Amino acid sequence: MQTIYIMWLREVKRFIRSKSRIVGALGQPLLFLIALGYGLGPVFAKAGQGNYLQFIAPGIIGMSIIFTAIFNGMQVIWDRQFGFLKETMVAPVSRLSIMFGRTLGGATVSTAQGTLVLILATLAGFRPVSSIGIFPAILAMLLIALLFSALGIMVASLLKDMQGFQLIMNFLVMPLFFLSGALFPLNNVPAALLIVARFDPLSYGVDALRYFLIGTANFPLILDFSVLAAVTAIFLGLGSYFFSQIEV
Amino acid sequence: MANIIDVKNLTKKFGDFEAVKDVSFSIEEGDIFAFLGPNGAGKSTTIKMLTTLLHPTTGEILINGFNPVTHSDAARHSFGIVFQDPSLDEDLTALENLKLHGVLYHVPAETLKKRIDELLTLVELSDRRNDFVRDFSGGMKRRLEIARGLLHHPKIIFLDEPTLGLDPQTRNHLWRYVQKLNADEGITVFFTTHYMEEAEHIAKHIAVIDNGTIVAQGTNEELQKQTGAATLEEAFLKLTGSAIRDDVGNSTDQMRNHYRMRHGGRR
Repeated sequence: MQTIYIMWLREVKRFIRSKSRIVGALGQPLLFLIALGYGLGPVFAKAGQGNYLQFIAPGIIGMSIIFTAIFNGMQVIWDRQFGFLKETMVAPVSRLSIMFGRTLGGATVSTAQGTLVLILATLAGFRPVSSIGIFPAILAMLLIALLFSALGIMVASLLKDMQGFQLIMNFLVMPLFFLSGALFPLNNVPAALLIVARFDPLSYGVDALRYFLIGTANFPLILDFSVLAAVTAIFLGLGSYFFSQIEV
Repeated sequence: MANIIDVKNLTKKFGDFEAVKDVSFSIEEGDIFAFLGPNGAGKSTTIKMLTTLLHPTTGEILINGFNPVTHSDAARHSFGIVFQDPSLDEDLTALENLKLHGVLYHVPAETLKKRIDELLTLVELSDRRNDFVRDFSGGMKRRLEIARGLLHHPKIIFLDEPTLGLDPQTRNHLWRYVQKLNADEGITVFFTTHYMEEAEHIAKHIAVIDNGTIVAQGTNEELQKQTGAATLEEAFLKLTGSAIRDDVGNSTDQMRNHYRMRHGGRR
């Protein structure tokens, strides 16, 4: 328990101290919100889909969470290169608790980042449908964050160095984001794309966020949460397995 | 005195490559033991097996009476380690690094504070406790790592090339701490180095490993007598030859090389 706490605390401290990283990670969501939200807004409205900024804000929050969470998980690779991983590997504690602590820490900072993007979106003109909906939305953020933190650690456990990073970005993170329905409604897309989106856990995360923040959703809420919880459990299991197999 | 480290017929294979071949040695409690060998001789692989980071292919290890494979946590409590490369979290302060270690090793909170104060004084970093490790020099990092390795009162401290890249002042300091710890707390020291004069002056017992096998062991005098050499360096060169070795790197590199060989040069 203490191990989980101290590893969680490490992630949180590192996040709070990296002010430039926090601000830097807000740049991209802001650009998406403004360029896409306002740029594509008129087209979206003409197509009869309503306000595009309202529509993509939850998607952009999802984006910032998946990016932060996976980057945070990839920290394992840095720790391997800078040696700190060894310190935790020779410690007389279970690797499971180390992995859990890291995952919870990564999930906490990703949720914080997601909340910051929510505030930023509000400043850019986004209006949540109700202020009470923000609390369950943060819960959904936490679940998304947990899922992708575990995935990030799992992937990082399988990589030896940062050379595979581009691969992960372009063939895992980007597809997960772009195919999730974060940027477009899933109700009128070609069947093939819908099938792909249905296999993307972020789709359900963004869908749950939309439900709480703008009051519309594509899937039943219970399905969103079931899928998120189940996939999180699977990734936590796989992540702990691969993390425990690391040899330094 | 009882043996604190017992190694019997230890072998480690990476595929077809035998990094460590049938190595046996034992170290008495309170010893200062130097483990010498040219690059790629099997030193790091052996240390990794002793410290639970790698499983032996065959053979037996007892660390303070515990088998690192079956009783890894008990074995881990018994030793502290300073790795060849720094292993601190540079984004945390010196104090935070030590506290984290204390929690990982279940040091009770009240003893932890006292022990940290004690060790920071010992390694002369008391006034830098709240500074970030990334601002430390190489020597300061090493000292902090030694303090960290000792935090949980281990019976054995492993020092893997602890003086690499340090200036003579820091090296002398460092060895003085180590000798003091050995004398005052009876802690067993297991170290590797490429500086023969360090082994000559500091070690009570020495083992020389080459190509995965121990080619000689004993005291400095015994090794010199055995080889008819006047210094340990000369004895070392006689035992291991003077050809320059290719550093095969760490076990991961070895595995990667092996993989590359089998899979036609691709990664």
